[in-house]
Amino acid sequence: MDDYILITTSSPHIHSGESISRIMFSVAIALLLPTFAGIYFFGFRALGLVIVTSIAAILTEAIFQRLRNKPITISDGSALVTGMLLALNLPPGLPYWMAVVGAVVAISLGKQIYGGLGANPFNPALIGRVFLMITFTTPMTTWINPVDGTTRATPLALMKMEGISTDYVKLFFGNVGGSLGETSAFLIIIGGLYLIYKGYVDWCIPASYLGSVAILSAILGQDPVFHLLSGGLMLGAFFMATDMVTTPLSRLGKMIFGIGAGFFTVLIRLYGGYPEGVSFSILLMNAFTPLINRFTVPKIYGEVKSR
Amino acid sequence: MLKTFKGGIHPPYNKDLTNSKPIEKATLPKKVIIPMGMHIGAPSEPIVKVGDMVKKGQKIGEAKSFVSVPVHASISGKVTAVEPRPWPGGGLMMSVVIESDGKDELDYSITPPKPLSQLSPDEIKNLIREAGITGLGGAGFPTQVKLSFPPEKNVDTIIINAAECEPYITADHRLLLERPDDVVLGIEAIMKATGIKRAFIGIEDNKLDAVESIKKTIKDKEGIEVVVLATKYPQGGEKQLIKAVTGREVPSGGLPMDAGVIVNNAGTCAAIANTLKTGLPLIERITTVTGSGIKEPKNLLIRIGTPLIDIIEQCGGFKGTPGKVLMGGPMMGLAQSTLDVPAIKGTSGLLVLEKHDLHLFEPSPCIKCARCVDACPINLLPTTIAKFAQKNMWNEAELYHAMDCVECGCCSYVCPAHIPLTQHIRIAKSHIIALRRQK
Repeated sequence: MDDYILITTSSPHIHSGESISRIMFSVAIALLLPTFAGIYFFGFRALGLVIVTSIAAILTEAIFQRLRNKPITISDGSALVTGMLLALNLPPGLPYWMAVVGAVVAISLGKQIYGGLGANPFNPALIGRVFLMITFTTPMTTWINPVDGTTRATPLALMKMEGISTDYVKLFFGNVGGSLGETSAFLIIIGGLYLIYKGYVDWCIPASYLGSVAILSAILGQDPVFHLLSGGLMLGAFFMATDMVTTPLSRLGKMIFGIGAGFFTVLIRLYGGYPEGVSFSILLMNAFTPLINRFTVPKIYGEVKSR
Repeated sequence: MLKTFKGGIHPPYNKDLTNSKPIEKATLPKKVIIPMGMHIGAPSEPIVKVGDMVKKGQKIGEAKSFVSVPVHASISGKVTAVEPRPWPGGGLMMSVVIESDGKDELDYSITPPKPLSQLSPDEIKNLIREAGITGLGGAGFPTQVKLSFPPEKNVDTIIINAAECEPYITADHRLLLERPDDVVLGIEAIMKATGIKRAFIGIEDNKLDAVESIKKTIKDKEGIEVVVLATKYPQGGEKQLIKAVTGREVPSGGLPMDAGVIVNNAGTCAAIANTLKTGLPLIERITTVTGSGIKEPKNLLIRIGTPLIDIIEQCGGFKGTPGKVLMGGPMMGLAQSTLDVPAIKGTSGLLVLEKHDLHLFEPSPCIKCARCVDACPINLLPTTIAKFAQKNMWNEAELYHAMDCVECGCCSYVCPAHIPLTQHIRIAKSHIIALRRQK
């Protein structure tokens, strides 16, 4: 018989073949749908922003890992997802350099500073967005359509400042002012359903998030359909509140997360200084995630009395 | 709806390598190595010495405590060594080595007992113990101990585990097809020994021919029923099986009898039947020899103690370069470092994975995707326990119910970060046990 060495590792000896990069690239593929919507409504500047933030995110990740003497893992796709998500949350007319700053902050302060993939408590793309929001408030709230140069307010701003509602059909398909990837509820839902089908998104989170926004806004005398379809809610519910790293482990925990995010979103939209509250509410619930995990340990098999 | 449990996985089953191949009798081994502790509990003590001539079925190891069973010679010949030897469980185990005289002579003490109808419950239990019968599913718990539960436990249900959820393994499947009468006779013996009037045979729905075979056999038997289960790993895990069949849960830290159930493997029933019919102790078993690294996969009836190398050679030898040789299936099997170890009572399968079929990964960080949480049949948080284990936080691991882990391997199987979660939890368990002993 030939020479051979028998490998001894502990069981199990087979694997499903699932990998982090497969998950991340599936998310990236799903994110292409809202990206297309952005390009369709806001022209190629939208694509430019997505490319710029993605490259900046990936480079920042590589540089940080180099500085920390860690293996460079940009091929896992997680920095790409952060870059894409950030771009989809930016106004289409934002200067490129500001978008780059956002991507650098997202990866460095949002992720690498905590130890990299899996260790960050907050959604990195949202850290980048909120940083830009606070630092460059005016460009971050100026909704220029780069295609025709017109400025138009977002449906939520119109509602908050002037009490004007927007047509449901426009809201659903995305022909409104807003961040470049958040306007088309239609394509976001398709992308989200794809991820639910693949098993990479638990339907619990979008369902509880959207459900609580609808119920709470209706209770407070608002139009729930308008609130569901406008602003960053759809993008947030399907793609950011579902970030595995920063959300709870158990089903119950995920429900609580979604309901909490919905509660804060409506609160900020109706009573806060900003017209939109999705980013803040998800970040807020990210902070609660360890606590939620602690109090939602599932009941195990065998927590019954002996006969 | 098919009966099943929460969680679990659907690995590729690869049972078609062997599920249509009839059980084949292995050739008589030239040498057997018989470990004294093939069962859970205290190892037996050798009662033969080097130079002794022994016959097939002769007792060579005596059980000295209640949770233990005697051990028997599986061939006739000369004892050439009584010493610690490597065994499939890892490390060394006191073993008796017998060189065959080629005659395969039966020991004079082996005579068929009285028919089952004339045996008392205690006589049946004693026969089972003296025949060295242990659970043949893999763990090797002494069967007679299982049948001797205290009356206050109100055990009212027997479950026969024929789920055979481990991928590749087809030993029980072939047994149900070829010797259903033996399985049923064994069940009747257990019913009589325990006085329990109700028995369920749990079979996964990927073996419907076996379901038919058993249904035909039990047609006019009172109290025995077949339960068809969903094909899902680990459906044959004792706790999952109990939940699926009865809806009851074994209390944390308890035994099946605490849920009013005893579970026995189909192979164990056939072993009991064999003893009732011939008087022979447990000296042979069906083993599925299979995998991408085996030339001719087979279901073999082997003598206990046959060195693995002999078994592999009888199946045409290795195909390609072997990467792993596993005692058992791919989910819970033990990787062997040498082929000089023997097959034991719990060897339901011998799986050889070709080197190119192995996927060895470097773990990456946990992304908290909770796939392990969804897959865990016990509803644990495997990633949380594993994190505590990596930080030597044993008390915290215990708080998160590490001791309830059944080590089925589902969490490691699904983990996209390739973290060996099961291994981390296993390590935590051993530390928790050590800490409990100190107290």
